Amino acid sequence: MSLNVPTMASMMAQGETPDVLFWVGCSGSFDDRAKKITKALVKILNNCNVKFAVLGTEESCTGDPAKRAGNEFTFQMQAMMNIQVLNGYEVKKIVTACPHCFNTLKNEYPELGGVYEVIHHTQLIQDLINTGKMSLKDGGIYKGKKITFHDPCYLGRANDVYEAPRELIEKLDAELVEMKRCKTNGLCCGAGGAQMFKEAEKGNKEINVERTEDALETNAEIIATGCPFCNTMMTDGVKNFNKENSIQVLDIAELIANAAEL
Amino acid sequence: MISSILFGLLFIGGFGFFTYNILKIRANVLLGRDVDRKGNRAERWKTMALVALGQKKMFSRPIPALLHLALYVAFIITQIELVEIIIDGFFNKHRFFHESLGGFYTFMISFIEILSVLALIATVIFLSRRNLLKLPRLNMKELAGWPKKDANLILIMEIVLVSCIFTMNGADEAAQLLKGNESYGFSISSAIGPLFFGEINSIETLHVIEHIGWWGHFFMVLLFLNYLPYSKHFHILLAFPNTYFSNLNKKGKLTNMESVTAEVKLMMDPAADPYAAPADASSEPQRFGAKDVTDLTWKNLLDSYTCTECGRCTSSCPANITGKKLSPRKIMMDTRDRLTEVGDNIRKHGKGFSDGKSLLGDYITEEEVWACTSCNACVQECPVNIDPLSIIIDLRRFLVMEESKMPTELTGMLTNIENNGAPWQFSPNDRLNWANED
Repeated sequence: MSLNVPTMASMMAQGETPDVLFWVGCSGSFDDRAKKITKALVKILNNCNVKFAVLGTEESCTGDPAKRAGNEFTFQMQAMMNIQVLNGYEVKKIVTACPHCFNTLKNEYPELGGVYEVIHHTQLIQDLINTGKMSLKDGGIYKGKKITFHDPCYLGRANDVYEAPRELIEKLDAELVEMKRCKTNGLCCGAGGAQMFKEAEKGNKEINVERTEDALETNAEIIATGCPFCNTMMTDGVKNFNKENSIQVLDIAELIANAAEL
Repeated sequence: MISSILFGLLFIGGFGFFTYNILKIRANVLLGRDVDRKGNRAERWKTMALVALGQKKMFSRPIPALLHLALYVAFIITQIELVEIIIDGFFNKHRFFHESLGGFYTFMISFIEILSVLALIATVIFLSRRNLLKLPRLNMKELAGWPKKDANLILIMEIVLVSCIFTMNGADEAAQLLKGNESYGFSISSAIGPLFFGEINSIETLHVIEHIGWWGHFFMVLLFLNYLPYSKHFHILLAFPNTYFSNLNKKGKLTNMESVTAEVKLMMDPAADPYAAPADASSEPQRFGAKDVTDLTWKNLLDSYTCTECGRCTSSCPANITGKKLSPRKIMMDTRDRLTEVGDNIRKHGKGFSDGKSLLGDYITEEEVWACTSCNACVQECPVNIDPLSIIIDLRRFLVMEESKMPTELTGMLTNIENNGAPWQFSPNDRLNWANED
């Protein structure tokens, strides 16, 4: 099935307005692993006939890593450019699969003139299932599997979203097992605050290895997460323990799309 | 008469010196930049009631929370007895509330005594956690020297204080029995009084012992009060204003730098005249980010005095857990120590004096600043809503925007964002390619 990915520009040309803008983000656009998450989400949106659009080449980095690295100039330049585009299209509602984009768009754009309703993709999928636009018969292929959820810091602590991803895992009829550090106590994967783009400072361990140990302790077959950076870090962590053949690291969108056989 | 005068002098001296120190700390805190924490008063009172008064966040670790609660409640309830001591002291009375309150008085003192015993138990456990069990969080290297002594001193003072209460009440109870009167019926001292002092057959001796307890208690209260401003233990007072002035936004939201907004708007406005004089010419351009404590906000500085060095932040910090140098607790301790130094310098040498030192560099190293993942675990954990992350971000802002000093990979990342609109080197034209790939 080919994906139907309308752009804002093409929709506007046809005089149509989407219900929601899908903010893909840099990882979702360029990173090979994260692109799969993007496509899984599009499959779900297509399947539920959600009227959405992407910015395509008009999208640019939200500026999150620049701001966290301390470069407010670069951040605000990016923010202002993006806000011009978003406001130009009169965007009201945004969904994104990246908690970093989510946080920045939701919390840091309003003061610069960009006021939108911003939701994380797990919240949108939760809504689609709860309103009956999508259903998982018998949970699908993940029925009975042990799944643990790694809380992305920028979704959990930063924005208090803990339940949407967990509720979705339960919809899979899977066994949700919590790590010893979870929800408000969740341990970071090590990528936030611009760490994704640099070597870690000298220490005695990599943060993603420490976090993967938490996940391995649960004996889960699948480590679920909701952030492309966390996905990279956890995947590397699993490889570090040579467990890549027995443990999968998947985004919630992928779990749902696979379970619904999209 | 003489004792009333002595009491009065000690009272005025003790509270006077305390006030002097409070004003000094207030002046230090106000050296910080302004930040608006005024609005939404209902929410602020609620936060203070839950977090400071109700100790909500302490209970994420139930056992220390219960022990701490015993100390906290005992501390607050004992203040009733302190009021009596002050009245007795000024007017040379003995148990002023006893007659007027009757049975309730016995209940009240009994309650205080039971809480004091619980507090004593908690204190002993706290001391052993620090010194015998050597809990890692309470024995990290940033606590070496004074901070460790400070913590133990406070706990020992607590033991002395409680001992004074029981000496006073116990000797009084023993004296009552010796006089052939009925016991007061205080829960603990009616039992331990006769046990410790039952052998003494002189009313005078018992009175002297009671007085030692009474004066000891009062003296310890004054000592404790005046020790607070020099100690990490200051949190017992500052927890309240500090939680009131909490950040009420989502933790993920970093502050917007308005000075930058003005410039960015100018850059993006095609009609702007780049050579025009600034609208507000009188204002001195502020430094971007923070190099020293005076570049931080007053709330950051209040945070630093509120920190009681419990280390919950550090024990939850992913960087610290994996052996990096960063410790959010050390960030707070460094900020407070540097602020005390800057404040003392200003009082000694006048405003504008520079000792050539700064928070960044002399106290906090760049290595610490760059190890942070901005995960907010430290902010989440702090039982009194201290925010070490905002200090770290402001130090980064100074390094990047004023000094262009950052790990080399970050220079590349920033260049990529500026040139390609992505932190990696991809062409912006390829942004939608995923839609047409299998």
